[in-house]
Amino acid sequence: MIPMNRKTNDPVPCNELALKIKLDFPLLSREMAGKKLVYLDSTATTQKPQVVLDAELKYYQETNANVHRGLYTLAEDATTQYEQARMKVAEFIGAQYEEVIFTSGTTSSINMAARLLEPLVKEGDEIVITIMEHHSNFLPWQQLAKRKKCVLKIIPITKEYGLDMAAAQKIITSKTKIVACTYVSNVLGTINAVGEVIEMAKRVGAYTLIDGAQAVPHMMLEVKKLGCDFLAFSGHKMCGPTGIGVLYGKRELLEKLEPVVFGGEMVKEATLHTLSWNELPWKFEAGTPNIAGAIALGTAVAYIQEIFTLQMQEHLGDLTKYALAEMQTLPGLQIIGPRGEEMEKGEKIERIGVISFTMDCAHPHDIAEILNSHGVCIRAGHHCAMPLHTTLAIPATARVSFYVYNTKEDVDALMRGLRRVVEVFA
Amino acid sequence: MDSEMYQENILDHYKHPRHKGALMRCTVQHHELNPVCGDMLTFYLQIEDGMIKDISFAGHGCAISQASASLLAEYLYQKPVTLLEELKPEMIYSLLGIEISPGRVKCALLSFVTVTKALGEYGNSEQHRRVEAKI
Repeated sequence: MIPMNRKTNDPVPCNELALKIKLDFPLLSREMAGKKLVYLDSTATTQKPQVVLDAELKYYQETNANVHRGLYTLAEDATTQYEQARMKVAEFIGAQYEEVIFTSGTTSSINMAARLLEPLVKEGDEIVITIMEHHSNFLPWQQLAKRKKCVLKIIPITKEYGLDMAAAQKIITSKTKIVACTYVSNVLGTINAVGEVIEMAKRVGAYTLIDGAQAVPHMMLEVKKLGCDFLAFSGHKMCGPTGIGVLYGKRELLEKLEPVVFGGEMVKEATLHTLSWNELPWKFEAGTPNIAGAIALGTAVAYIQEIFTLQMQEHLGDLTKYALAEMQTLPGLQIIGPRGEEMEKGEKIERIGVISFTMDCAHPHDIAEILNSHGVCIRAGHHCAMPLHTTLAIPATARVSFYVYNTKEDVDALMRGLRRVVEVFA
Repeated sequence: MDSEMYQENILDHYKHPRHKGALMRCTVQHHELNPVCGDMLTFYLQIEDGMIKDISFAGHGCAISQASASLLAEYLYQKPVTLLEELKPEMIYSLLGIEISPGRVKCALLSFVTVTKALGEYGNSEQHRRVEAKI
């Protein structure tokens, strides 16, 4: 496929391409409520292309055996495919092979990182997070702070919905031992200047974890350039299956950390009272892993790498701008996040296609309900970010989010639904 | 077709809620939150001689939670407390008169939960009062 020329007056010039990409996703051709399904909740989970579904099925049909255990060919094939998937993921984020630990998802990755770092913090140390964290990058640190009597400090946001970097400067001090920050907010869509946050943390010798759940599916990340100690993300938000995710850790750090989950696979030698760890990364992968999930994630990574070469990031940017402009024509609709003018001006606050909003006339649940009856799937609630919603003094928001298969027609369907919401409730 | 949920009756009670606002003189009040969607309700009851002399609610949330509170307040106003004691979720569904999807059950029943707990607190304080009176 040849990328389209974007220099037109068309607000969404790559739409034709997105329409073609949509055909790769079988679920998106189904109907809902007698209408064509419009899926606008990819921030929660993306749909899966046929190649990923095939990869998972093929593994079970042709290669299923436990990894790193059997000496027969089938088991060796399973092991090879599982480790090849790790290789693809490592390449995708610019990591070394040994630095990629497979987990069940972002939540388990961050919980594991918090447990791994636990012995390195002591009473009175400070752990710094931000107010825009998803619960999965908030609660593990809150609980670690509680267990070790550390102080949890929280970087606020500005009224433009960006991280307050001036406050961050003051909050990250020599007392700081861990800084955990999301790259992209799952509510606001804001892309944070995590590079600067990591720099601040490094200056004071703090460990850093970046929640990449929303960022990894949307941008080509390079962990070595970022310089973080940990990066956590999920397979299911990037066209992969559920139940597979990644914890990237810097090799030097992983080598000195002790495992927190014990069992098969992670052990080199076990005696009655002692054990020695396996090599990286297996020392952190106790138990039979999600083999099929990892293999399918490898396929998903290859799929989105190809998509990224087709200007799909530009397409998502165009679609987001188009949606923001259209939505703001509705009376009483407020965008909770950067509004898009910043993008036009080339200012610093960048965003992805995660758009949370409220409407004066209707509660987010009612918005979602009406849209559902029009076949449009959106999220309503606090999106697992209650501290952020409390800070913004908004109990709930409605949220639309885009991925590579979304088209201008999807936004138009959204707008028809939203106009109906105004008619019903205003 | 729009969702069948937003019948005229529901929208009417949502847009023009009955018995809304705090009661200055209430016997008992109870606050409940539905954390998933941020629906909030407080019910105020003025109970005298086994009768719900006055009832009101305050709060905010989706159309279903607020309409259900309004309908329930209307239903219980100046009725015997026994009616509240015997209240079942089915009554709320029947007051709403619509199909409630599994995702909206908590919204629909928030009023039921709030008012039932308010009654529980009233019961406890009544018991306490009677015990104290005996002493």
